[in-house]
Amino acid sequence: MSPSLTRYMFRRLAQVLPILLGILAVNFVLIHLAPGDPIYLLAGDSGDAAYYAAMRAKYGLDQPIVNQFVLYLWNAAQGQFGYSFAYTRPVFEVIGARVPPTLLLMGSSLVLSISIGLWLGAVAARRANSSVDHVISVGTLIGYGMPAFWLAQLLVLVFAVRLGWFPIQGMVDLRAAYQGAPLVLDILHHLFLPMLTLTLLHLALVTRLTRTGIRQEQGEDYVRTARAKGLAENQVQQRHAFRNALLPVVTTVGLQIGMLFMGAVLVEIIFAWPGLGRLLYDATLNRDYPLLMGIFLSVSLCVIFANLVTDVIYTFLDPRVKFT
Amino acid sequence: MSQVTLSQTFHETAPRKAITWRVPRWWTRFRQQPTTLVGLSVTLVIVFIALSANELAPDDPFTSVGAALQPPSSVYWFGTDDLGRSVFAQVVHGARVTLVVGLSVAFLATLIGIGIGGLAGFVGGWVDDALMRFTEVFQVLPRFFLAITIAAFFGGSVLNIVLVLALTFWTLTARLLRAQVLSVREREFVVAARAIGVRENTILRRHVIPNALPPALVNASLLVGAAILVEAGLSFLGLGDRSIVSWGYMLNNAQPFLQTAWWMSVFPGTALLTTVVAVNLLGEGLNDALNPRHATFAEAMPQK
Repeated sequence: MSPSLTRYMFRRLAQVLPILLGILAVNFVLIHLAPGDPIYLLAGDSGDAAYYAAMRAKYGLDQPIVNQFVLYLWNAAQGQFGYSFAYTRPVFEVIGARVPPTLLLMGSSLVLSISIGLWLGAVAARRANSSVDHVISVGTLIGYGMPAFWLAQLLVLVFAVRLGWFPIQGMVDLRAAYQGAPLVLDILHHLFLPMLTLTLLHLALVTRLTRTGIRQEQGEDYVRTARAKGLAENQVQQRHAFRNALLPVVTTVGLQIGMLFMGAVLVEIIFAWPGLGRLLYDATLNRDYPLLMGIFLSVSLCVIFANLVTDVIYTFLDPRVKFT
Repeated sequence: MSQVTLSQTFHETAPRKAITWRVPRWWTRFRQQPTTLVGLSVTLVIVFIALSANELAPDDPFTSVGAALQPPSSVYWFGTDDLGRSVFAQVVHGARVTLVVGLSVAFLATLIGIGIGGLAGFVGGWVDDALMRFTEVFQVLPRFFLAITIAAFFGGSVLNIVLVLALTFWTLTARLLRAQVLSVREREFVVAARAIGVRENTILRRHVIPNALPPALVNASLLVGAAILVEAGLSFLGLGDRSIVSWGYMLNNAQPFLQTAWWMSVFPGTALLTTVVAVNLLGEGLNDALNPRHATFAEAMPQK
């Protein structure tokens, strides 16, 4: 890494701190604005008196509000975000256990939707205003207005209920107790429908961005130059227009990570996929406040991290970016 | 030559404004797109349905009208749900909360965004810096998860949902407006106006604001659909307003009956999809009409 890049990374990391602080402040304000004793939001509502006394001391609830905020930050810095009563474990342990299934679902659908979306977008852009382009346009428009959970329900109705091709719910068939390769196949079999749902949803965005991106780049001077110097049209499209059109796709997908989480959570609930979404749903049903806030914080952290990664990828993709 | 005489010369040589009324150019562009007209007509139909819900579906959406889980028939057009309530009545009445949430979130968020973005752009300096840091924090907040937390803490009344969504949807408007104000301030016609002695206040009112607003308006139209989807997601989780029938809540209700009563899911879902697509088409048409130069829908699309 060049020294200027290192400096850029440090500067970018330093910018994250105030945002982190801001998010923790929002959490803190919520705890104190909510009706009722804040201790129940910090420690759940099914502990005994001794436990509440200990938690009150830990968060300094008898002290002035400024001290409380400092203590809250101090606890947060140590990774202590309270205790989930429903699971009788620290919040972050509970959340950590549910991350892999969500990651599998989000990751696989993101890879699929980006690869298919780039291809579809390029096809639509190259044959702009053809019937293929119109079909793709209508598809993306519907995909953009489609509620994640309803699409999931429709796919269940057709492919699981009517046709019976895929299991309706879950991640593994618990009765079969598979091991090794059959287990992997079984997980893939369960993964297919939720992954398809999320892929179709993200596909709309990626395709649309790619199409507009390439259309815009096609009018640029460097594309004309490439044509003028006699490059084949394929080369012009792939080497030049397509590469530059990648930039808005990368940024937008990176910035929409919060929305991707929303889709994943809703889809997980329909398919009873044992990830964060299911956890969140149960937490709202159980009124498990510390867990709810822990999930909110974790997703916020993921969004910050994704934005950071997006920025770094961007600097590698676009040689025009200077690290200042 | 002093400023006063220059400004007088300018006004004397300027051609008189034609008094005849002309169709505004943006309306012509707006009208030309067939997709926009489809979006506009469908949106108007949905608004009509929401306004005349009591006449179109006299059945109370919350009381049983017949046997449970009846498939669609000539009596119950969209069938009945697990408690024997009319799905048709629920879909028709559900249009209300959907539109109210979508429109009020877009309106409030745009107001906040214009205020904060405009202030940052006009005042500049440390105020600009502080407001932009503030905006960044709100931009990162995952609104769906914040809304879930708030609905769980404070209850999921329509007012709470509108407020929390408005408070998280304004950031793009603020950034658009700030950028627009900064660029308009340096445009030639503004510099020229300043040079001939037009006062800063007048410049703001006459030149900067009218030129900075179109992107904010386009964004507002796109926010409607995004807000509707988030509200539906919340209601689907059972965190919405339980006293009002909403499409998200209906889809939540339909979940256990997917295998037996498809109509409980298909009709409210179709209504939801149709509304969001229509509103987005309208927003896209508005974008093409008002910002012809960067007419890309996806670029202007707000984060959901």
